[in-house]
Amino acid sequence: MNAEQIKNTPLCDKHIALGARMVPFAGWNMPVQYTGIIDEHNTVRNACGVFDISHMGQFVVKGEGATAWLNGMFTNNLNKLVDGMGQYSIMLNEKGGVIDDLIIYRLGEENYFVVVNASMIDEDYDWLSAHKPEGIELTNLSADYVGLAVQGPACEEVFAKLCPGVELPVRNGILCFNADGDDVIVCRTGYTGENGYEFFCPAAKGVQWFEKVIDCGAKPCGLGARDSLRLEMCYSLNGSDLSPEKTPLEAGLSWCCDLTKDFIGADVLRQQKAEGRPTALVAIEYTGKGAPPRHGYEVQLQDGTPLGELCSGVLSPSLGKGIGMAYVPAALGKIGTPVNVMVRGKAVAAVIVKKPFLKK
Amino acid sequence: MSTNPAEYKYSSEHEWVSPVVDGVVTIGITDHAQSELGDVVYVDLPSEGDSFAAGDSIAVVESVKAASDVYSPVTGEVVEVNEALDAEPGTVNSDPNGAGWLCKVRLSDPSELDALMDAEAYTAFCE
Repeated sequence: MNAEQIKNTPLCDKHIALGARMVPFAGWNMPVQYTGIIDEHNTVRNACGVFDISHMGQFVVKGEGATAWLNGMFTNNLNKLVDGMGQYSIMLNEKGGVIDDLIIYRLGEENYFVVVNASMIDEDYDWLSAHKPEGIELTNLSADYVGLAVQGPACEEVFAKLCPGVELPVRNGILCFNADGDDVIVCRTGYTGENGYEFFCPAAKGVQWFEKVIDCGAKPCGLGARDSLRLEMCYSLNGSDLSPEKTPLEAGLSWCCDLTKDFIGADVLRQQKAEGRPTALVAIEYTGKGAPPRHGYEVQLQDGTPLGELCSGVLSPSLGKGIGMAYVPAALGKIGTPVNVMVRGKAVAAVIVKKPFLKK
Repeated sequence: MSTNPAEYKYSSEHEWVSPVVDGVVTIGITDHAQSELGDVVYVDLPSEGDSFAAGDSIAVVESVKAASDVYSPVTGEVVEVNEALDAEPGTVNSDPNGAGWLCKVRLSDPSELDALMDAEAYTAFCE
C-alpha cells in the first residue's frame, strides 16, 4: 500500500487537530489514539467515547426479490427481521469461508441498509454484483456518509443533547430521520460491548456532527481502544479472526447461520456440522505473567504440542491480563485446557476460557 | 515538548545513556520514544550478567499496540536492571529520564559514547 492509495476520511484533519496519532488501517489513514489507548478504553467502559467509522462501507439493496436474493447470499435469516430492525450476518464463499461479516437492517419491504468492513467494500460490492439478479438495485453509498460510533454507558445522555426529542431505536434497530436539516441514520449497535449507537450523516457535514458529538460529552477514541474493547467481548475482526479459509462454525458464529435455508456455502456448513469442524476459534487468557499476547504468537499445549497461532491478542485494560483468540484443533480446544503462549521463545501460561473474556 | 537532560548522550534509536560512574552507565528510552509508543504495559528486561554489543536488542518495551525493541547504544555487561518496572511499567511514560530507566551496563569501550548525540543534537534530530 503506497501513500497515494491510502485514503482519508472527511474527519482526518480534525483528528490531527485533536492530537490524534494517525496510522494506516485497512487502506485508510485512521487515528489509533488521541490521549492514550487505556484512557480511551476506560472512557468507553465507564462514560462515553466516539469513534470515526467513516471508513466502513454502506450499501443499499432494494427491489422486488431483494429479501429472497440476500437470504441466498448471507447466513442469517432476513425473514426474522421486521421494518426498522437489523441483524449480524456473514457472507461466505463457495467453500463456506468468510468473505465478510456485516450488519443488515430492514428499512422497509424489500429495502435494506448494509454496513460492511472498510477493507472489504470493493470485494463485497463485486461479489454481490456478480450474483445479483436483474431488477434488484445495489448501491454503494460508502463515500456519502461519515460514520460516528458513539459508545459507552453515557451514550444516551449524549444523544439526548445531540438530537433533543428523538428517541433512540431499540437494540439492533435503525432510525432514519432529519436532524438540523441533515438526513441522518442511527443504528443501535456497536463493537465495544457497551450501550451505544452508530450515527451516519452526510459526509460534507461530518466534521460538524463530530464536533457536536464531542460537545455533547463524548470523548474521541481511536482504533487502538476499539480493538481492545472488541477483543474483550470476543467480537471477531475480519482479516484477523475471520478468513476465507475458515467457516463461521469454526469461528464460533453458528448462532447467525440459519442452516434451514439455502445460501452460498451452506452445504459446507451442513457437512461440517455433521462431521465436526476441523478447528475452533478459542478464547485464551493468561494465567501467568509475561509480555502481552499478539497476533502471530504460537499457542502450544503445555507438553509442547503446537495448537495454532493467535489471530488477535492484547493486554486487556479491563481485566489487567493478556487475552487472545486462536484457531486450534477443535478436539483440543476444550474450555479449561491449560496452554502456553510463546513470546520470544518464552512460554507464558494461559488457559482456554469461555467467551467473552469480559462478562457483563 | 520533549525534555532531554543536558548531561545525557542519545542514540538515533531514541535511547539515552547517563554519564559514566565507575565504568557503568544507565540506559533508558527518551521522552520522545515513550511519547511515540503510548501507554507502556510491559517491559522485557535483560538479565544481570548478559552481554550486549552496541546495536543489539537489549530490552523490549511494549505498549498496548506494539512491541518495540530497545537497542543497546553501547557494548558491555548488564550489572543491574530496573525490577520496579515489572510492577509499574508505566513509569517509562511518567518518568522516562529518571525512575523509568531500564538497565545499567558496565562499558567495554567508553569511546563508543563519543559517537552518540548530545542533548542539543538529539533534540534537533527529533524535529
